[in-house]
Amino acid sequence: MLLSLRAATVRFGGRAVLDAVDLDVAEHEIVCVLGPSGSGKSTLLRAVAGLQPLDSGRILLGGHDQAGVPAHRRGVGLMFQDHQLFPQRDVGGNVAFGLRMHGASRTSQAERVRELLDLVGLPGAAGRAVAALSGGEQQRVALARALAPSPRLLMLDEPLGQLDRSLRERLVVELREVFGRLGTTVLAVTHDQGEAFALADRVVVMRDGRIAQSGTPLEVWQWPADAFVARFLGFENVVEATVGDGVAVTPWGKVPVADGAPRGTRTLLVRPAGVRLVPVGEGMRCTVVARTFRGTHVAVRLQPEDAPRLEAACALRSAPEVGDEVGVEFDEAEIAVLG
Amino acid sequence: MAVPVAFFAVFFAYPVTAIVARGLKTDGTWQLGRIGDVLAQPDVRQVLWFTTWQALVSTALTLLIALPGAYVLARFDFPGKQVLRAVVTVPFVLPTVVVGTAFMALVGRGGLLDELWGLRLDTTVWAILLAHVFFNYAVVVRTVGGLWAQLDPRQEEAARMLGASRFAAWRRVTLPALAPALAAAALMVFLFTFTSFGVVQILGGPTFSTLEVEIYRQTSEIFDLSTAAVLTMIQFAAVSSILALHAWTVRRRETALRLVDAAVTARRPRGAGQWALLGGVVATVAVLLLLPLGVLVQRSFGAGGLGYYRTLTRDDGGVFLAAPIEAVGNSLQYALAATVIAVVIGGLASVALTRRDAGRLVRGFDALLMLPLGVSAVTVGFGFLIALDEPPLDLRASWILVPLAQALVGVPFVVRTMLPVLRAVDVRLREAAAVLGASPWRAWREVDLPMVRRALLIAAGFAFAVSLGEFGATVFIARPENPTLPVAVARLLGRPGDLNYGQAMALSTILMIVCAVALLVLERLRTDRTGEF
Repeated sequence: MLLSLRAATVRFGGRAVLDAVDLDVAEHEIVCVLGPSGSGKSTLLRAVAGLQPLDSGRILLGGHDQAGVPAHRRGVGLMFQDHQLFPQRDVGGNVAFGLRMHGASRTSQAERVRELLDLVGLPGAAGRAVAALSGGEQQRVALARALAPSPRLLMLDEPLGQLDRSLRERLVVELREVFGRLGTTVLAVTHDQGEAFALADRVVVMRDGRIAQSGTPLEVWQWPADAFVARFLGFENVVEATVGDGVAVTPWGKVPVADGAPRGTRTLLVRPAGVRLVPVGEGMRCTVVARTFRGTHVAVRLQPEDAPRLEAACALRSAPEVGDEVGVEFDEAEIAVLG
Repeated sequence: MAVPVAFFAVFFAYPVTAIVARGLKTDGTWQLGRIGDVLAQPDVRQVLWFTTWQALVSTALTLLIALPGAYVLARFDFPGKQVLRAVVTVPFVLPTVVVGTAFMALVGRGGLLDELWGLRLDTTVWAILLAHVFFNYAVVVRTVGGLWAQLDPRQEEAARMLGASRFAAWRRVTLPALAPALAAAALMVFLFTFTSFGVVQILGGPTFSTLEVEIYRQTSEIFDLSTAAVLTMIQFAAVSSILALHAWTVRRRETALRLVDAAVTARRPRGAGQWALLGGVVATVAVLLLLPLGVLVQRSFGAGGLGYYRTLTRDDGGVFLAAPIEAVGNSLQYALAATVIAVVIGGLASVALTRRDAGRLVRGFDALLMLPLGVSAVTVGFGFLIALDEPPLDLRASWILVPLAQALVGVPFVVRTMLPVLRAVDVRLREAAAVLGASPWRAWREVDLPMVRRALLIAAGFAFAVSLGEFGATVFIARPENPTLPVAVARLLGRPGDLNYGQAMALSTILMIVCAVALLVLERLRTDRTGEF
């Protein structure tokens, strides 16, 4: 394992911001920590970087305990949320900074700067002032700067947080491609699930300083570990249910579940695609209270007569209007019984 | 941290304690009853009351008059800005004695206003107040304006967009951001006027006397060391409590500001209102700052053209052991040495104070560093003489004594100028450097230093200026054959006759020109370097 956290704990005034976190990152792996703000993601990165001392637990890099190793000797890279480019240096000066700190010669510095600026798609920008860069360009310079000293582990704090959507979607693909080409080991944190799923080999969901779930993007998306993860991923149809044989009793009535599902009182997730709209009179009677255009589909919010609201995904053409009365049936394939 | 502490222990605490002990200790026992005796005197109470209220009024007046100037110099870009900035600073570096004399020449008997309209202010407190404003205008402009120029104007724009009026945006956004600098400036002005010496001695006449003047009188005229010691302690106590209050307010308001390049924030004035403001500031500077200096220069020529200047090179064997003109060289050498000492000591202290892990003790040192500003310079000078005269610290014969005393006064300026800027450097920039492999020292050099270089230069300029103009302590320790400019001026003024008066004016003019040149060089240097940002 390149990076191992063992019961890593950080407290801010009694409150555990990192609460006995265990985490492993293998070489060449891209791990994305996903969580709402305040869940301890950034503290995790700062602890690994050596900017935040642990209150207890251990951090190992390449098998070596990092206790007492200062930030500048850990050989890890960190790309800050708001880049933190050095305002008094030009682009080249920023990218070359880490190389200079490691005593690289001038010629090799210049060569590496050119190489990296080409890599991040800013060829010939070495002489530009950082203040004159757009957000996306700053992002690329920050990435080039973090990559320049070839860190054994590259950490990204909300790498694409402040960029507009199209740029973000393009950059996330570029980033994954670059990391794949260079074989970089990456530990990124973000609150944006789209970003995490697009970038990561493995997603780690954090909540209140603890790890709530860890798995491939597909695993996490399909089988959220608990109600918190499901809701954080944007699912709204999450309820307590009593699961029996092939059927679960929910506030929305009886709902079909897979035969092998664990029984008893469980958390049930109904994905929006599993809520099928049928003519009034069939299934559960609901009123449409909101509809949101999502590009590929329309998200419809439904109010049953005597139960929590439901979200459904409808095809563009067949989506009902606000105020319409519809019937609702459930699709077993889109229903998951969580832990 | 250890170096500044040792410096202050040896060259400040020790001499001051020594002289207080000399005054209050007889046969090895402390005569603390003397404190009560001195305080009971109505004269002393009178002095205390006057010292306090004139300092308060002077501070308020200075802030009122100088804040528009700070704004104009921070946010407007106009031809002659560098010159205006330098002009504003010149009064601050003039010896207090010269300022007093310049105002005497302006508002006193036979002064310019007397000749023109028969107006005389020298018997009123107004002369003192005006001279204090004259003196401290630069403190406000430099301290507040320096930070103001680097505040991001978009902060105010954001407030405007949220519905704040121009004034409300300034009051709610800019003012709080400026508060630490504003508090620092107000405190400095209060300290200077509270401990005002030369100005009050000349313009106050027999009616008005501050603590410092009284200490000087008791020490060098009446030789009543015990009364002087009590007064020194009173001043010390008053100044300490002001400083403690200040440290508290500053700590409450410490915030990391997002600083931007000063060159970006300044722009041409727009509209009649802003041009009028600029005009008003220029007019204020002309009347309040330039006029006294102009009168000074005019008097230095007297009736005989360059006559007074020519006599400066003559070794008349009277007042001095050398030609008065040699004081220029002495002053420059001393001030240069003092600047180096002050910048090193003050710089080290500032860095120690900005460290995140700085404990309570270190923070307390912040306030201690300011003490030399408040403790009577007369006491410090006299203390040097009686405390540093035996091995292992027999410095009486050494030239370093003068720069040491001057540096003592320079350090607080360095610290006060450096701290706000150092504290405003985003700690994450340092972290970014650390993650890229920079050791803490390297990170400071690579990240902080380039950002605070401007502040460092300004600090050095301040230290140089106060060293050049320092009078209260230097007058005791400068050797007779090597006087500094202010000391030479004071000696000339102390002697009767037109020639001595004229020579004093001529020397003052030279000092003024030396300062102006030094400051203009500094301004040049400053703009060259800021191009990098």
